[in-house]
Amino acid sequence: MTGLPKTTRKKLGLVTDLDICVGCHACAVSCKEWNAGGHSAPLTDTNAYGKDPSGVWFNRVHVFETQNEDETRTVNFPRSCLHCEQPACVTVCPTGASYKREEDGIVLVDAEKCIGCKLCSWACPYGAREYDADDGIMKKCTLCIDRIYNENLEESERKPACVIACPAGARHFGDLGDAQSEISRLVERRGGYALMPESGYEPVNRYLPPRPRKDRAGDTGTADHLDAAENAVDSSTFFEWLDKALTR
Amino acid sequence: MDPAYSVILFTSSSGAGYGLIAWLALARLTSLWEISPVAALVSCLVALALISTGLLSSTFHLGHPERAWRAMSQWKTSWLSREGVFAILAYPAALVFTAGWIWPKISPAMMNAAAALTLVLALVTVISTGMINASLKTIPRWHNHWVVPVYVALAAASGGLLFSVVLAVSDAASTVSLVAVLGVLLISWQIKWLYWRFIDKQQPESTTGTATGLGHLGTVTQLEAPHTSENYLLKEMGFQVARKHAIKLRRMAMNIGLILPAILLILASATAGALQLALLVIALAFGLSGVVIERWLFFAEARHAVTLFYGRSL
Amino acid sequence: MALHQEQVDTSPKISDEVKFTTCYMCACRCGIKVHLTDGQVKYIEGNPDHPVNKGVLCGKGSSGIMQHLSPARLSAPLKRTGPRGSGEFEEVSWEEAFEIATGWLSDIRDTDPRKLAFFTGRDQSQSLTAFWATKFGTLNHAAHGGFCSVNMAAAGLYTIGGSFWEFGEPDWEHTRYFIMFGVAEDHDSNPIKSGLGHLKTRENTKYVSVNPVRTGYSAIADEWIGIRPGTDGLFVMALIHELLKARKVDLDFLVRYTNAAWLVRTEQGHPEDGLFVRDEDGNPLCWEKSNDRPVNALLPDIAPELSGIFELDDGTKARPAFEIMAMRYLGQEYSAIEVAEETGIPAETIRRIAAELAHAAFEQEIELDIEWTDWAGRKHDKMIGRPVSMHAMRGISAHSNGFHTCRAIHLLQMLLGSIDCPGGFRYKPPFPRPCPPGPKPTGKPGQVNAGQPMPGPPLGFINGPEDLLVNEDGSPCRIDKAFSWEHPFSAHGLMHMVIHNAWASDPYPVDTLFLYMANMAWNSSMNSKGTMEMLTDIDETTGEYKIPHIIYSDAYASEMVSYADLVLPDTTYLERWDCVSLLDRPISTAHGPADSIRQPVVQPDRDVRPFQDVLIELGARLGLPAFSNEDGTPAYPGGYPDYLVNHIRMPGIGPLAGWRGTEGDQHGKGEPNARQLERYIENGCFWQHHLPDSQLYYKHANRGYLDYAHQMGFIPNADQIIMQLYSEPLQRFKLAAQGHGDVQPPDELRERIENYFDPLPIWYQPIEESLVSLKEYPIHAITQRPAAMYHSWGSQNAWLRQIHGYNRLCMHRDLAAELGVTDDDWVHVESHHGRIKAQVRTMTGCERNTVWTWNAIGKRRGAWNLDDDAAEGEKGFLLNHLISELLPADGKGKRRRMSNSDPVTGQAAWFDLRVRISKAEAGDEVSEPRFEPLQAVPGVQKRPGILRFGEQFLPKGSWRRKERS
Ligand SMILES: Nc1nc2c(c(=O)[nH]1)N[C@H]1C(S)=C(S)[C@@H](COP(=O)(O)OP(=O)(O)OC[C@H]3O[C@@H](n4cnc5c(=O)[nH]c(N)nc54)[C@H](O)[C@@H]3O)O[C@H]1N2
Ligand SMILES: Nc1nc2c(c(=O)[nH]1)N[C@H]1C(S)=C(S)[C@@H](COP(=O)(O)OP(=O)(O)OC[C@H]3O[C@@H](n4cnc5c(=O)[nH]c(N)nc54)[C@H](O)[C@@H]3O)O[C@H]1N2
Ligand code: SF4
Ligand code: SF4
Ligand code: SF4
Ligand code: SF4
Ligand code: SF4
Ligand SMILES: [Mo]
Repeated sequence: MTGLPKTTRKKLGLVTDLDICVGCHACAVSCKEWNAGGHSAPLTDTNAYGKDPSGVWFNRVHVFETQNEDETRTVNFPRSCLHCEQPACVTVCPTGASYKREEDGIVLVDAEKCIGCKLCSWACPYGAREYDADDGIMKKCTLCIDRIYNENLEESERKPACVIACPAGARHFGDLGDAQSEISRLVERRGGYALMPESGYEPVNRYLPPRPRKDRAGDTGTADHLDAAENAVDSSTFFEWLDKALTR
Repeated sequence: MDPAYSVILFTSSSGAGYGLIAWLALARLTSLWEISPVAALVSCLVALALISTGLLSSTFHLGHPERAWRAMSQWKTSWLSREGVFAILAYPAALVFTAGWIWPKISPAMMNAAAALTLVLALVTVISTGMINASLKTIPRWHNHWVVPVYVALAAASGGLLFSVVLAVSDAASTVSLVAVLGVLLISWQIKWLYWRFIDKQQPESTTGTATGLGHLGTVTQLEAPHTSENYLLKEMGFQVARKHAIKLRRMAMNIGLILPAILLILASATAGALQLALLVIALAFGLSGVVIERWLFFAEARHAVTLFYGRSL
Repeated sequence: MALHQEQVDTSPKISDEVKFTTCYMCACRCGIKVHLTDGQVKYIEGNPDHPVNKGVLCGKGSSGIMQHLSPARLSAPLKRTGPRGSGEFEEVSWEEAFEIATGWLSDIRDTDPRKLAFFTGRDQSQSLTAFWATKFGTLNHAAHGGFCSVNMAAAGLYTIGGSFWEFGEPDWEHTRYFIMFGVAEDHDSNPIKSGLGHLKTRENTKYVSVNPVRTGYSAIADEWIGIRPGTDGLFVMALIHELLKARKVDLDFLVRYTNAAWLVRTEQGHPEDGLFVRDEDGNPLCWEKSNDRPVNALLPDIAPELSGIFELDDGTKARPAFEIMAMRYLGQEYSAIEVAEETGIPAETIRRIAAELAHAAFEQEIELDIEWTDWAGRKHDKMIGRPVSMHAMRGISAHSNGFHTCRAIHLLQMLLGSIDCPGGFRYKPPFPRPCPPGPKPTGKPGQVNAGQPMPGPPLGFINGPEDLLVNEDGSPCRIDKAFSWEHPFSAHGLMHMVIHNAWASDPYPVDTLFLYMANMAWNSSMNSKGTMEMLTDIDETTGEYKIPHIIYSDAYASEMVSYADLVLPDTTYLERWDCVSLLDRPISTAHGPADSIRQPVVQPDRDVRPFQDVLIELGARLGLPAFSNEDGTPAYPGGYPDYLVNHIRMPGIGPLAGWRGTEGDQHGKGEPNARQLERYIENGCFWQHHLPDSQLYYKHANRGYLDYAHQMGFIPNADQIIMQLYSEPLQRFKLAAQGHGDVQPPDELRERIENYFDPLPIWYQPIEESLVSLKEYPIHAITQRPAAMYHSWGSQNAWLRQIHGYNRLCMHRDLAAELGVTDDDWVHVESHHGRIKAQVRTMTGCERNTVWTWNAIGKRRGAWNLDDDAAEGEKGFLLNHLISELLPADGKGKRRRMSNSDPVTGQAAWFDLRVRISKAEAGDEVSEPRFEPLQAVPGVQKRPGILRFGEQFLPKGSWRRKERS
């Protein structure tokens, strides 16, 4: 199954809006919580209460700073599986445990087949594969496959846990293969981009870039200062302009 | 990359094993060397042991060794699968080839066929091992044309050193044959040296800027990692040996893996008997140690794309 | 190929049962749905219908399971057996615990109830705890507000009748220009994130963050203003200067809704100088333009003058407050050029922001086609809005000039006419309330009597010196010196001074310190080390601890637990009833009042009890009126749920507003309803009233809303609420300092009162900054809250502690270069008070001379049931060791060391801290100070090395179910 489907019927994926991501980790923790009891259960934590705790997380939030001659910025940056169209994480897998679903493009690991050779994690440039040493298998973002189709959930809740949780509304889910879908139009409108295009992995997920700052004169179409009225600070004449009758 | 000992042991040990058996096959096919059948048999068994140790040790780092058999299924796409398949295919050929040295039921023709097959399969298996690494675009220091030749050459060299011991045991370690081994040794480290030169000059395309797509905003640096403690990714992919340290180790690998064995080989060619054997055994020990250091460095110097997200460079 | 594809179960059953309740991973109080499988908590998600979070959930909320399952949970009442701080305890029965507590407390009550100091942390049961203290009869009660953000609350309530904090919100739907001052996270955690996301996604909006640090919310601002800490007041006054100069102020708004036109007596030396002139009925006056006469300023349709000097019939000279205000801020000292250096904000930026504000307010006016009727009964067919909004929190409040700075921001809002209008800042009911709201604090001499309840609640709002809680000689009545001349407007008390004052017997010793949910031996104290010493200090004459008894309720093995004599273990938030009441800190939104409950979704598996139940039972055992019946039986035998339903505070009003009346059809006021809690549960554990459109804005002057609010009991009458641009209560103190009036400050405090009390916002250098040498301590040091960690509790949380396992000292690269340090180096940080060692991280998004770190990540080793070598204790650190609860001495040792607080409100001045930094010599890579690890207290669970939460929900027989536990 390590062969890739020639095409997938859908390209389900996530879009993250870096312009409004406040880096709060809500998506990361809700992902951990949902998946700990879900399809990939458990997401083991080692040294949970000791030195150097570490655990399986499908979504992790970085913070970067950028700097050029004109400005420096801070950008919060969540990172999870991008459900690539040409994912070597799948093709390198020797067992067929790693596969890309033909019906929706989701990249999954079959827990029953995985031998835990870790090669797929070496093959993923995006760090989206998480080895659970205690289970001896590779785990990863499932795009919440056990939520998005789940008939036990209200239609409106059939979205990935991270999307539902994000307080800022910075995460979107949908079919990026359908140019008419809401999410594709959002990507179009906002110039959504793929990470590390040079990898050739053709990620499905997109990121919406931070918008330019509006911190310079003219950025908001406003004058850069107020013209002081005549006699503006002369207290003897300042109040003359108040003759307009104001009623309470 | 984290230099996992099981993987280092696996590639160096099986490399040496395949190298040795390939030399033996070559010996059989070309009749260039006079080896006693018993020595050849023992050598083949040693080679098989090295290969098996390597393959076994490679399963140690699996999360589910009991499922290792599954690793053969994806030969269409996966080099790891292919390696497994070739390794498995190599066994019957190698076994026939091994037994053929003393078992009269195996005809010389069969023996030659087995030798040829063993030679080819040893080669493709080692190539596959190399390809597992070389196919990973995520690791520019592996994803290049030098990696497979290095694997093949060093397998041939360590196999060659083993083979020279076999020759000595068989009293057939002629100067010419030792020079041949020496030649292979020199070439292999030359390739390795070219590899190092290549990776030192490499200008990886990907940066934290392309990884995050924020490059248009300027230089991108990490302010906070997602977690304050190290995770699997960083332990596995984030290991990095300091440049200064790496240079030292490279020199050490060359000294131990090439210079010393080369000198010993030259000395050995001027001696004979027990002394020669002793010199060659020492050369072998150095040679293999050199490969282990080289292999450790091969991992330790490799930088994985994921580390870009942690503000590092490739 | 597809043939071999794994068959994924895409529709697994999620749980057996879903129960609604309210999150308490922080004080934002979002609605949650808790999924249970086999009776165990499996998954927590947001409640989409809930007014606060509308379905979203933050990182803390999602990790509630780990808090609920924390191995640091306490499991039985504890009685101290070794010395304080040793962690030597024995487990006792609840009966014994009650006996010990009632023993201590009844003695106190029978002799001198002041000797009980009952202080609570960020709980949501303040209306219960304050009520209990009142009935016990002690004035020494407060919650955490004094060390938190009382500056915001007080400045708002004295000025606009509402406040930032979580009592108001920007009109996220309509605002075009939003300025946020000094917020990293805030109590309105999820609503702010959602609001910012929403605002930034709309076209033509701008969001400005004023903050020395550019992370989190500030990272996504359209403009980040990296201000120098403690100077926001100046910045805002400069904006006001620019607006006034350009005459860009909303005069209509000022005349209609504020006291801008009220006449202020201007007669230097007169005992009423600076106070409003009033008619015989006490109504303020203004000068009517049309007939050139003074007139009752509260009347509708009058046309008052905003400037001029007027002479009243009795010869009194007076001028409108507006003129006094304008004269002040037109002063050159408030010009952009003048403040640029002090604030670190270039003059052009200040001018541009002023222009942008004016543009948004006056040229982008918005109109909503909504009819409404004003306070005077006049109908309006539109709601007109100035889409400029502001929000501010601890970056303003945690400075000793925060009260005035916050008032300056409110003044700016008033000048722009942007309070409770479309696009502006909006009140959340029960706000607005009269400024200041009632009642006044209780606890004057004579009001505290042995064996008696107090006649009123301990906290409140004072109007003038006569309302202070001081003795004849001017000395404080309260242990924390709240409502004394030292900090008169301390509406929330001064929890940060209690331990110090009790230890120093200043003004008097206490017998029992009763604390609830506040980690005072660590992160909520200034001078944490000193605090631990004070808690263990022994009075040599008696051989007893200086603070003889400490009772503490916590749910976890926090640092403070080790310092208590009696520990009352609470449940986790998923195991109890709770109430988020309109009498307290409700969850209302601008769209209407709301309150909520917490229901036990699982039963505790330990010998723990909800604190509220314990308090109610203690009240009954002590025979406190309202907690026990005349015959001595408990008034609420059913505990807290019984109280929630049946307690009546004022006629018709109880803890919960929803489904009152015997039929459950009344809201706000009504008889108790036996089925009330069930009705809450049926509705997802909250109640919300949607205000009709006509009441959504101008709540301070909206007839429909005011009538509703009065009927609900939010406000004492339905009168218009007039914003106090000019604050008379402040002027009353200034007058007292000048020697006027009967109630006079002690001489040593006269100058202080004179300096810091002003009817109009003033700016002064933060007090610590003004007392230390800036050459010696050239750097500011502040903290921020991380979004994914709540103070100290989060570190026991297996998931959150992976995100924030330790903290770094973050600083600008230029500063680092100057100090000769770089990433990962260790440095010593020294203040006038102490020294710490911390590890550096460099950055660019930070004011050049300000260093900062995440708050409360550092832990005392051994606490929270973590391994002794956990990073929280090894590398984590607190700035609290550098912050003194007392201001520095003046060198000559002449001045008494006052508390390190805002002189108006008593707000703890955490962020005034000044430090110097030097590179630490190579050595141990551990933070300092280093304390001995705390010994584990009895009853905490064994901590698993490997945590496999979730495996228990896999099908039985799955190989992934190892259940090692
Ligand atoms: N340097 C610095 N110091 C600061 C601040 C700062 O910004 N910088 N901020 C200050 C502010 S604003 C505040 S509010 C304080 C907060 O400081 P604290 O009020 O001390 O807050 P927490 O650390 O959350 O501690 C509260 C205690 O409540 C306990 N607890 C948690 N859940 C429950 C429960 O369900 N029941 C009971 N009974 N107990 C429970 C916890 O275990 C913990 O011991 O810190 C202040 N300290
Ligand atoms: N996740 C999470 N949420 C919480 C809490 C928590 O611990 N964790 N605690 C809760 C509590 S008790 C409180 S009180 C609230 C407080 O919530 P916030 O008001 O957000 O409190 P802080 O995190 O202290 O943030 C203070 C901000 O002010 C900035 N600042 C410091 N000095 C100045 C200054 O002089 N001027 C300006 N403009 N900015 C300044 C700091 O850089 C920081 O960003 O959060 C509540 N919510
Ligand atoms: S939850 Fe949303 S805002 Fe928070 S880190 Fe994730 S994407 Fe960013
Ligand atoms: S992000 Fe990584 S794991 Fe996910 S599909 Fe792409 S290569 Fe595979
Ligand atoms: S770890 Fe598992 S999924 Fe990954 S390549 Fe190996 S067998 Fe495939
Ligand atoms: S889609 Fe689901 S599994 Fe993937 S990051 Fe979001 S929550 Fe995690
Ligand atoms: S903001 Fe987070 S922690 Fe606070 S109540 Fe809401 S969900 Fe819970
Ligand atoms: Mo607070």
